[in-house]
Amino acid sequence: MSTPHPSLGSPLAERRRLGPVKALLAALALVVAVVATMLPIIASDTMALGLFRHPLLAIAALAGVIVLAPYLLRFLQGPPAMLALVAVSYAMAFALIRIAGGYPGQAASGFWAYVFVAWALAWLSVEEMAALTPRGAVWKRLLALAIPLTFGAWLLILWQVLVVGFAVPKVLLPPPSDIWVRLLTSPAVLWADFRQTFLKGVLVGYAIGCGSGFLVAILVDRVPFLRRGLLPVGNLVSALPIIGVAPIMVMWFGFDWPSKAAVVVIMTFFPMLVNTVTGLAAADRMQLDLMHTYAANYPQTLLKMRLPMAMPFVFNALKINSTLALIGAIVAEFFGTPIVGMGFRISTEVGRMNIDMVWASIAVAALAGSLFYGLVTLVERAVTFWHPSVRG
Amino acid sequence: MTIEAAAASPARSPFAGLMQGTAGPVLVVIAAIIAVWYLAAVLLNAPFQRDIYKRGGVEDAPLVQLVADTLSQERPVLPAPHQVAVELWDTTANKAVTSKRSLVYHGGITLSSTLLGFVLGTALGIGLAILVVHSRVLDKSLMPWVISSQTIPILAIAPMIIVVLNAIGISGLLPKAMISTYLSFFPVTVGMVKGLRSPEAIQMDLMKTYSASPAQALWKLRLPSAMPYLFASMKVGVAASLVGAIVGELPTGAVAGLGARLLSGSYYGQTVQIWSALIAAAVLAAALVALIGMAERLVLKRMGMRR
Repeated sequence: MSTPHPSLGSPLAERRRLGPVKALLAALALVVAVVATMLPIIASDTMALGLFRHPLLAIAALAGVIVLAPYLLRFLQGPPAMLALVAVSYAMAFALIRIAGGYPGQAASGFWAYVFVAWALAWLSVEEMAALTPRGAVWKRLLALAIPLTFGAWLLILWQVLVVGFAVPKVLLPPPSDIWVRLLTSPAVLWADFRQTFLKGVLVGYAIGCGSGFLVAILVDRVPFLRRGLLPVGNLVSALPIIGVAPIMVMWFGFDWPSKAAVVVIMTFFPMLVNTVTGLAAADRMQLDLMHTYAANYPQTLLKMRLPMAMPFVFNALKINSTLALIGAIVAEFFGTPIVGMGFRISTEVGRMNIDMVWASIAVAALAGSLFYGLVTLVERAVTFWHPSVRG
Repeated sequence: MTIEAAAASPARSPFAGLMQGTAGPVLVVIAAIIAVWYLAAVLLNAPFQRDIYKRGGVEDAPLVQLVADTLSQERPVLPAPHQVAVELWDTTANKAVTSKRSLVYHGGITLSSTLLGFVLGTALGIGLAILVVHSRVLDKSLMPWVISSQTIPILAIAPMIIVVLNAIGISGLLPKAMISTYLSFFPVTVGMVKGLRSPEAIQMDLMKTYSASPAQALWKLRLPSAMPYLFASMKVGVAASLVGAIVGELPTGAVAGLGARLLSGSYYGQTVQIWSALIAAAVLAAALVALIGMAERLVLKRMGMRR
């Protein structure tokens, strides 16, 4: 498990055995890569040895064999193996995407064989990445980022290759390349939707909902009677499908963004209330007694001790709410909206069978949601720097 | 607690005792909510009622009549609680269960896709968690995506799934259940990964000294100790899967189900219908969560985890 460093000492003495799953996968990939040279890559390849009509793929396949054989025999291991596997797998993916794009729907057995080989190479490269134990903190951080990114990239590559290779109708599932093109060609529409849904509906509702939940929680905390009464009710309401108030809010506040903001307010209020009340109870007897010995009055105790101690809970609610808010605003738009907004775009473009536009909207929503969440997390790390989960 | 309570209220009237626990305050809060609801109903419905009076030529109707009328409008801005209660009673007890106007019928349709989606989602979540716990590659590559996928508004793709699956001839229960599955498997995966890792190192070491295989360690140690986590995440999952089922009913255009009742109510301005569907959905959610809570108590008691 803990060899000092792969580059130290003679490589033969350092040879580590390949795990059974890795060995099986690598051997299978090697065999398939060799055998598939005799299979037709696309349907119109009449002769066997179809591979040689596609030089790019041929080179990638050759490189794959050159990497896999020494990898299996353990002449190639550690970081060099990882880099070689990454390079070859992406080269093969590039070649496959090119071929699939050139002959849509004509992919034959050899093509799919190389899809398998490329996937196996990528899987092995991730295995090697996961086995690395870098020294520096920066390298560690980079590696922790690279592994999921590789996984995501291969999800997209397989999506692209499978959808184009099998010529799946675009109304069912467009390939990622189409969605990317759509993102690039219609930024004006997507920006208008984003502004309507996110900058107006979500942000305003989020601010009002979280703010009022926070303030009410402080009030409730002052009155033990209310705390005992409201907390079970708030917990119950948090589990209810509050999204159902959307049609009512659309009736009350009209089609434009205020009705969406209202839905967001209701959805975000209760998680904030429940979490803040719980957080304000987080201070224990000893700490309260300490504040008491300092002759601190209620506002001082609240500001200097109990609110800071409640911050992890408050940020938990802020994080939950950042997702809920976006969902609330988008679903509320299904019930009626002016002719702009992400929810409107999704529901109308589905009706018009422009599925690539729908996916582009979803990509924007996903990006907005993740960035919003990430932003809240960053603020959380800055505010609750003292908490064990942040100090690590 | 009880001693403290007794000390705090030397008078010990039964009323004071009631207010010390949670039952009393909860009842008071609920009563306050209903009172506010009535007040809001009167205030919100009054402008329209004044309009009716003006058109009907009724001069200065007494306040009592105004209040009574605002609480019994056909399509109020905000229906009064008793109107919703009457509508609920009407559409559940007074209609045949098979009737399209019965809320039980619609609730049943939503419930069936909720449960199917929830069962599929829970199974998928547990399976995925077991894989993640046993494979370092999946743990490092898949888990970040599972977690970050919670930041993505998944519900947004609901209409697309429904319409696209309809286009290739799959309709009815399954598309809606798929949305529920999608929503409910995330909490279960995250909770179960935490749960399956909850045995302490010393316990895992003990399994190793018994030369237990990974499968045996899973069956005899990891799964039992993950039970509390499973139930906690199942409660979140079932609520999410009901939301998924309701939202999944929207794009098919008001055919059947609680979501369809919401949509048709919003098309035709039937506010009482919307509110009754909403209350029915709330009752359903509370019942499902309570049911899982009961199962949790039973199972954990059987397994000796409950003190």
